[in-house]
Amino acid sequence: MAVAKRPRLRKVTMHLLLVPFLVFALFPFYHMTLTSLKQDRELYDRYAVPLVIRQAPTLEHYSKLVWDTEFLTWTKNSLLVTILATSASVAIGTVAAYALARLKFFGVSTFGTGIFVTYLVPTTLLFLPLAQVVNWVGLGDSKWALVLTYPTFLVPFCTWLLMGYFRTVPKEVEECAMVDGATRIQALWRIVLPIAVPGLVCATLFAFTLSWNEFIYALTFTSSSDQITASVGVTTELIRGDIYFWGSLMAGAVLGSVPIVILYVFFLDYYVSGLTAGAIK
Amino acid sequence: MAVRADEIPVPRGRPRLSGRVRGWLDRESILGPVFVTPALLLLLLLVAYPFVMAVYFSLSNAFIGRPSQFIGIKNFVRLWESDAFRQTFQNAFVFTGIAVAFKVVMGIALALLLNQQLWFKRMIRGAVLLPWVIPTALSTLGWWWMFNSLYSVVNWTGIALGVMDPPGPNWLGQRYYAMAAVITVNVWRGLPFFAITILAALVAIPKELYEAAEADGAGANARFWHITLPLLKPVLAVVVLFSTIFTFSDFNIVYVLTRGGPINSTHLFATLSRVVGIDTGRIGEGAAISLYLFPLLVFVVWAQLRFVRKQAY
Repeated sequence: MAVAKRPRLRKVTMHLLLVPFLVFALFPFYHMTLTSLKQDRELYDRYAVPLVIRQAPTLEHYSKLVWDTEFLTWTKNSLLVTILATSASVAIGTVAAYALARLKFFGVSTFGTGIFVTYLVPTTLLFLPLAQVVNWVGLGDSKWALVLTYPTFLVPFCTWLLMGYFRTVPKEVEECAMVDGATRIQALWRIVLPIAVPGLVCATLFAFTLSWNEFIYALTFTSSSDQITASVGVTTELIRGDIYFWGSLMAGAVLGSVPIVILYVFFLDYYVSGLTAGAIK
Repeated sequence: MAVRADEIPVPRGRPRLSGRVRGWLDRESILGPVFVTPALLLLLLLVAYPFVMAVYFSLSNAFIGRPSQFIGIKNFVRLWESDAFRQTFQNAFVFTGIAVAFKVVMGIALALLLNQQLWFKRMIRGAVLLPWVIPTALSTLGWWWMFNSLYSVVNWTGIALGVMDPPGPNWLGQRYYAMAAVITVNVWRGLPFFAITILAALVAIPKELYEAAEADGAGANARFWHITLPLLKPVLAVVVLFSTIFTFSDFNIVYVLTRGGPINSTHLFATLSRVVGIDTGRIGEGAAISLYLFPLLVFVVWAQLRFVRKQAY
């Protein structure tokens, strides 16, 4: 009771209680960045304090990563795959979600359930047969295999998320437009989609993040150095036998996360709302 | 310039093709199927069909580059008799059980804290959510370095604080420590999902309930157990189901951190399935391993559909 009477003390206590959580969440990133900036001499000194940089920081690991490895190619691959898979999935998901949320037709509820079920199917259940499919289609060891397969988890996700958004757009708005002579597609394009922009942004961000983060398909369907994505390249190509280039590994982990961090900083609120929408709705 | 209605040319005969297509597309029974076709094709060709293939593979002796023969459930039986698989089976339950339990408890605690009046609320939320958005394979590399046998910052800190004896555990080289390490990383990465989702549910609880309880003399503990927790239950159930399926089928963390070692002590279905199916080429057996995920998936889908149906439809 004493705490409740002194709101300021209570507030400070709450912040103190949050500190361990914040340290837990952020420390790996701090340590990763720190390592990537340390000179090898300090990095491999077992008696040095690992929590700070004592000797002059260096960008050597970054320049090694960028110039001595194919990191730029991996990043380009990641971007290409992510952008293509994301735009295709958001487009396919948008029309499917609109149909499921708004239209009455044969099989609509079965299909809705089907979307939800596939949303829950983990990628790790399908990577083996999909690897065969990819080979049959002639896309073995090609980044195009990823463009083809990423929509399998992105489309159910986008559809599920957008169905929720379309349901919040009042039917009347659209009906008004149609009474005024617009076709249904025009009403969707000119009226419903502009209202659903926050949902579309959210779906796009999540699809982008999910495909940028995807690992098992990328690892399984591609292997040549000029076809792999950033996550795969950094985790597999920077390790030669027993030799780990820790500085460059950490630099790769930092740089490979940059595109997502940039999006994240600008669109934090969308991430928060999308995270909850995916689960609760 | 006014135009009288009878001056507008009236279309005669059948309307042009574009007009007819427009007319069709205004009919829900036609537009609906047209709109879901791309998604439907994708799911049939790249989800349903591979799934059927996986089932077939699991019942065959498929091997990379060799025609396969149907062998019934031999793969499943042989797996069940192998030590590596039994170990994996046990690991999967230990890993998922402990990780999800930690995520629930820590998630509720963190959500309750985030629901308070805070300075820098947005920044704190952003920081808490960060592990969830960074590519897992890459952030796990960071943890790999943190658990390094020679330069572990975890051990260094433990020793400096006096809670560990030098040189500290070899995290990824000893079985129970390795399991603890993969669980830690999984909790680290999954906690934001729990915290943010539970927070959303907390915000939705009407303040009046707490005021009334307080007026009746209920302390903070009583309010938590009698108001907060019961009202969180539906959301908790959904979040736990969700997380269970994705924790159970986790791949990235184990693959990057331990590759299933030492001596299979951290293998999960997905990582073992990859080793068997891709690295050694025994596709049939690999598919059988990943299909052990299937009963859990069925259960989660069934439970989710009941909950989701109740809430949304």
